Amino acid sequence: MNNLRPVLIKGARVINPSTSLDSQGDILIVDGKILSCEANITPPDDTMLIEANGMVACPGFIDIHTHLREPGREDKETIESGQKAAAKGGFTTITCMPNTEPAIDNAPVAEFINKKAQDSGIISTLLVGAVSKGRQGIELSEMEELANSGVVAFSDDGSPVATGHLMQMALTYSKELLNSLSGNYGLPIIDHCEDYSLTHGLGVHEGWVADRLGLLGYPSAGEEAIVARDIALAELTGGHFHAAHVSSQGSIDLIRQAKLRGIKVTAEVTPHHLTMSEEWVMGIHGESKPSHPLSLKAYDPMAKVSPPLRSIADQKALVSALREGIIDCIATDHAPHTFSDKAQPFDEAAVGISVLETAFGSLMSLVHSGQLELHTLIHRLTLAPIQVLGLSNLGLGNISVGSIADVVLFDPELQWEVNPNDFLSKGKNTPLAGEVLKGKVKLTIAKGRIVFDSENKMLDVRNSFA
Amino acid sequence: MSSNQKITPNRKHVLDLDDFSKSEIDNLLHSATVMKEVLNRDIKKVPSLRGKVILTLFLEASTRTRVSFEEAGKLLSADVINISGSGSSAEKGESLLNTALTLQAMRADLIIIRHPLSGAPYFVARHLDHTSVVNAGDGRHAHPTQGLLDLMTIYEKIGSLNDKKVLIVGDVLHSRVARSNIHGLQAAGAEIIISGPPTLVPLWLQSNDKDSPITYQPNLDVAIQGTDVVMALRLQTERQASGMLPSIREYTRRWQVTENRMVSANNSAIIMHPGPLNEGIEISSSLAHSEVAAINEQVTNGVALRMALLYQLLTFNSESTEELAI
Repeated sequence: MNNLRPVLIKGARVINPSTSLDSQGDILIVDGKILSCEANITPPDDTMLIEANGMVACPGFIDIHTHLREPGREDKETIESGQKAAAKGGFTTITCMPNTEPAIDNAPVAEFINKKAQDSGIISTLLVGAVSKGRQGIELSEMEELANSGVVAFSDDGSPVATGHLMQMALTYSKELLNSLSGNYGLPIIDHCEDYSLTHGLGVHEGWVADRLGLLGYPSAGEEAIVARDIALAELTGGHFHAAHVSSQGSIDLIRQAKLRGIKVTAEVTPHHLTMSEEWVMGIHGESKPSHPLSLKAYDPMAKVSPPLRSIADQKALVSALREGIIDCIATDHAPHTFSDKAQPFDEAAVGISVLETAFGSLMSLVHSGQLELHTLIHRLTLAPIQVLGLSNLGLGNISVGSIADVVLFDPELQWEVNPNDFLSKGKNTPLAGEVLKGKVKLTIAKGRIVFDSENKMLDVRNSFA
Repeated sequence: MSSNQKITPNRKHVLDLDDFSKSEIDNLLHSATVMKEVLNRDIKKVPSLRGKVILTLFLEASTRTRVSFEEAGKLLSADVINISGSGSSAEKGESLLNTALTLQAMRADLIIIRHPLSGAPYFVARHLDHTSVVNAGDGRHAHPTQGLLDLMTIYEKIGSLNDKKVLIVGDVLHSRVARSNIHGLQAAGAEIIISGPPTLVPLWLQSNDKDSPITYQPNLDVAIQGTDVVMALRLQTERQASGMLPSIREYTRRWQVTENRMVSANNSAIIMHPGPLNEGIEISSSLAHSEVAAINEQVTNGVALRMALLYQLLTFNSESTEELAI
């Protein structure tokens, strides 16, 4: 770290949610830390100067829900390709979910991923451990040993925590565990809330679109039933329940009430649930109606995701809930897949979207359309997720003096067309191919290193700086 | 034909009836009546599609639809090659995409596909550049040629559908026949009523939403009053095992179309069924064999309609339809 050249970002609009800062200024980064953040900084010798007029500088984005596929499905994504994709998307911290093969249900797997993540070393990678051994939903994993290995939360994501009993035990056991990164007690249980008897294998919202396509729908109730169960269990146990990828108005209402009653519940929402609706499965990116003929774009497997894209009313409610803070933060649920996993009839296509590289551009549509303030969006992408994980004391999600120099620089007005072939992720699976987004990450700095520069594609981190 | 006008100008695929206008349907049905005349000849074969290659790719069990397409293609002198699920590369794990690309590479002019998954014909059509795709039934989604032959049968039996009431009874939720018929009947100007178990009718149709063109009436005795056409849908008996129905007995008691119930329909009303019929479940045995049942006429019309459709699709960018007067 000491060999890094200092970096000066000059003339950016600096937004730092933790200090409510939003003003023109410079940021000086030395030895991987923010040395100063004010107007007209005079740089030391040998400083790398970045002219940032018209740009916004803010803390690097933090994703608490990322599927990296290594070990097990390195054809879909590796830790390194995931880190590169994240850096290109403006993320300086990602969080590997435990549905690798084998699952992150024991310390050796956790340590393997930690080592791979450090070897790759582009950005920070946190780990979520499995709630149950093999994610089988029967026995608890060795949670304390996982926590000692640096796991920051538990989840059987990809699947729900299988039974109410297991969720009760997980919430009870995890609240006494020491978070080895923050030194605090209590790790959240992140649940993928889905009642399989109502939903299994269904990638489209129950409603007229599903019926129009002759597909069986996944009703909102399939999510809400488990959200309600988990809230009741969080109240019973005092444990921390975090609802993954919330998608429906009913879930929002349940979470709102739970928070009012002081229950320890937090929630996240994905960029796609905030910006897309069930019509996308028909290949229609906006409103439609039952009498509208289907085109050859219908049954778009790229729009197949779990939970499914819901109604336009749900989509609007999610944006409001995020703005109000009922939903705490944004998380990508980045789910990379191969071409052949997706080149299937809809019911057989893999579930999920490759999100890291389009997240920011698509979310900026909420800012440009006046639905979300820019500083709120940045808060929900930086400070809020790190607070959900109880890691506020690590100096992440923050560009105050002395904190870790994770910084992203973006052009809020720049328009660009999504071309999946340009993705650094191995997963080219996005329904946004060919869409024009407004707002683009220009530069990502992680721990003081430039890890993505839109002009130079990806800098070779190890050769340049090691 | 009275003019050089194309029946289906520039149409490449037939995936559902949702993109058919009334005039396109009318022209096609007119052509089908010409084909029916050919079908009733002593010597039925005509050379219209000589040199054309038609593949039927049936990845779900079917007899009448496959045979109907095959007969239609052969009577028009096309080479018709049948590929079924068993023995095909699908069983060796080849993806549908690769199967379709292979068939296109063999220079098939037209692929007729039946598939257990909704949307599979859209998937195939999206990936093929040269080959026409005809949907012969995809999952719960659509069965457009059934919808067309049903319309042909209705026109023959009762004439125009303007201001006529059509009742669809049964398992609408899982029925591709119902979905395609709804599009066709709407284009023809009919009023549509649905009856059947609430567990087997899509929830949004039951809400009688303003965007929904259809009325749902769970009580068959009420729904059948004053109808001109009664379409009964096939009931898969496994619906009982999967918890969607208390029993076949209770279904039969509440939703079987019987002679007693037909008394409340219009005098000239006909009864239809896409087949195969579970006799004594969807329709009472005596009614199924009575003269108001149009079930066998539906089958004959199916061949004629498919002849008209194949003819149209395989000559769409060549000469006019004049030579249809075969």
